[in-house]
Amino acid sequence: MVDQPNYDFKVVRAFAVMTVVWGIVGMAVGLLLAGQMAWPALNFDIPWLSFGRLRPLHTNAVIFAFGGCALMASAFYAVQRTCQVPLISSKLAWFVFYGWQTVIVLAAITLPLGITTSKEYAELEWPIDILIAVVWVAFGIVFFGTIGKRKVEHIYVANWFFGALIIGVAVLHIFNSLALPVSMFKSYSAYAGAMDAMMQWWYGHNAVGFFLTAGFLGIMYYFVPKQAGRPVYSYRLSIVHFWALIAIYVWAGPHHLHYTSLPDWAQSLGMVMSLVLLAPSWGGMINGIMTLSGAWDKLRTDPIIKFLIVSISFYGMSTFEGPMMSIKTINALSHNTDWTIGHVHSGALGWVAMVSIGSMYHLLPIMFGRKAGEMYSVKLINLHFWLSTIGTVIYIASMWVNGLLQGLMWRATSIDGTLTYSFAEVVEASYPGYYARFIGGAIFFTGMLIMAYNVIQTAKGKTRDEAEAPATPLINRPVEA
Amino acid sequence: MMSSAWSWFVIIGTVVSLVAMLWLLFANRTTGGEEKTTGHTWDGIEELDSPLPMWWVWGFVITIVFAAIYLVYYPGLGNVEGVGNWSSQGQHDAEIAAHEDRFAPLYDRLGALSEAELIADRSAMQVGRRLFLNNCATCHGIGATGSFGFPDLTDAEWIWGDDFNAVKATIMNGRQAVMAPWGAALGDQGVTEVATYVRSLAGLEHDADVAEAGKARFNIFCVACHGADGKGNPMLGAPNLTNDLWLYGSSIEEISFTVRNGRSGYMPAFNDLLSEQQVHILAGYVRSLSAE
Repeated sequence: MVDQPNYDFKVVRAFAVMTVVWGIVGMAVGLLLAGQMAWPALNFDIPWLSFGRLRPLHTNAVIFAFGGCALMASAFYAVQRTCQVPLISSKLAWFVFYGWQTVIVLAAITLPLGITTSKEYAELEWPIDILIAVVWVAFGIVFFGTIGKRKVEHIYVANWFFGALIIGVAVLHIFNSLALPVSMFKSYSAYAGAMDAMMQWWYGHNAVGFFLTAGFLGIMYYFVPKQAGRPVYSYRLSIVHFWALIAIYVWAGPHHLHYTSLPDWAQSLGMVMSLVLLAPSWGGMINGIMTLSGAWDKLRTDPIIKFLIVSISFYGMSTFEGPMMSIKTINALSHNTDWTIGHVHSGALGWVAMVSIGSMYHLLPIMFGRKAGEMYSVKLINLHFWLSTIGTVIYIASMWVNGLLQGLMWRATSIDGTLTYSFAEVVEASYPGYYARFIGGAIFFTGMLIMAYNVIQTAKGKTRDEAEAPATPLINRPVEA
Repeated sequence: MMSSAWSWFVIIGTVVSLVAMLWLLFANRTTGGEEKTTGHTWDGIEELDSPLPMWWVWGFVITIVFAAIYLVYYPGLGNVEGVGNWSSQGQHDAEIAAHEDRFAPLYDRLGALSEAELIADRSAMQVGRRLFLNNCATCHGIGATGSFGFPDLTDAEWIWGDDFNAVKATIMNGRQAVMAPWGAALGDQGVTEVATYVRSLAGLEHDADVAEAGKARFNIFCVACHGADGKGNPMLGAPNLTNDLWLYGSSIEEISFTVRNGRSGYMPAFNDLLSEQQVHILAGYVRSLSAE
């Protein structure tokens, strides 16, 4: 671009590199946990390595460290390029970077020590919560300040989603984390009983809605048309599904609390709003897939496009599965089983991780002074794509089988009305699924290591000699004499 | 039941949200057309002005209609109960009642059997085993052989009494077993002496002189619960110390620990979870484990 402003890409590069680093760390912890489920001795009888302490570390690391860095890198990158102005304050952007990394490091220290609020996805204690709020507000100031100075009239759709992410998560985090501190490392929630549960899942589900859905739709809306070189399919669809998504998502939390002491009316509303949420969620999938339509030939040669299209497919699948699981009758079977774990990972691995990985492969070469997508090795991107896809499929399929098995075994009754299976028998029957899940996770994790190697080589300015077209299937290869 | 102001808040919020979705859909149903762009460009990205896919629009509408019907039938709109008169408590009670009706004949028959009849009755033992696996195996183990701190139910010792009704009472009401800590009263030397004497009662290897010293202390501090001969007292749940069954280990270190710090054993009550007939059958099963 001729009049390209002096964009501030250094902070973007820092976030992009840390995305890869935290992805590896978070998934390594996940892999250890998957191993502990299959071979419990892997906690080595060390309290800091016990499942209960590492599980929140895994979720925080992959959601907020890996996912958060991917979101901040993309938001800071896309907002500059689509507004045609540099970030309003480089210093504040660096404050966001170092503040966020500090939060992550503090999480990695306190959670294994057992310092936790015990609220799922909001385990960090109050001093860290305050730091998160400050850093997040700074993120918002940089982002919206840059939007405010934009040189183009309209605000691009990716920025609506990033904006919803910033405002939504700020409100959710602050209100769910309200607590009375009793010491530096201990606080009690401001809410009690069923109301605390309701607040927790209003937060918990919208962490999914605004962080893992809206934020990553922002990533999709920038990187998919960019990488495919195609216009966004429908402006109208983006308007309708954006407003519908953010209006309906906030109602869906109670579906985590079916058949509990939460009042019946709240459970019903949570369920029907979750069903209404299906169409707004799918609006993003349609827009993503239809944007790629017309560029299908690139699927043969461009593994980044493969990452993006498969991630959108997983997004569509898990946003269909979610509303189905929110139906009380289905939830009565699926709740507390591994089905939930499978559902989460079809979203987390299939959607969030794969769309982030694809986007980082587009973005990282630019950060190292190359053209978009010009990594050290395209073949290794392709290999990473297949490892990610196969790993995800093995992971979620094993958890579906386990979930159905557990749900059906728990509810099976004998002719005398007693439960047919004891809990331990159900655990025993779950082991094959645990082994398969570990294998799927290990395959996905291997892909991340390959990515790290590819990124390091790219940063060194190297290019692998790959004469043969990398991803061309045999059937399409020219016949050689 | 919330106040009517909150109820209206919920009703209005819900209805307005759903109606707003319909408005959003129909306000955006016409566009410039699939081939045209909106004219906006960002960083080289353009947007087409394609219309909303109609299958998607109708799918959206169907979910909203479903929501409306559901909220008329089920509770959801604030304090409105719904024409179906459904509640989760009602569903629970109906399922329990249906369950009890269905299985009452079986439990009436088995609940009337004596201990010996239960043990001889194949279906009673099958029901008992399933009840055991679902309720007791967590602590006592699938094979009922117990573990550290949890009694083995297959041996011949009945800490709370060798009697069918005592076992039933244990399951119904639970038990709280307390061994007081004697470390402060006995001192280190005293603890060792008593522990050594306890080992001598069970015929385990011991130093006779130390045990003799321990006997005097035992007769002051331990005799009230465990008896002069160390055979225990089922009224108090005080175990027999003269056999080879040890809930908390038999090494000199483990016995010393028990004497010094005391022990607290807890068996929860199951009278809220199981019917009296179920407890009756379960007690028969538990008794059968050591009957062979």
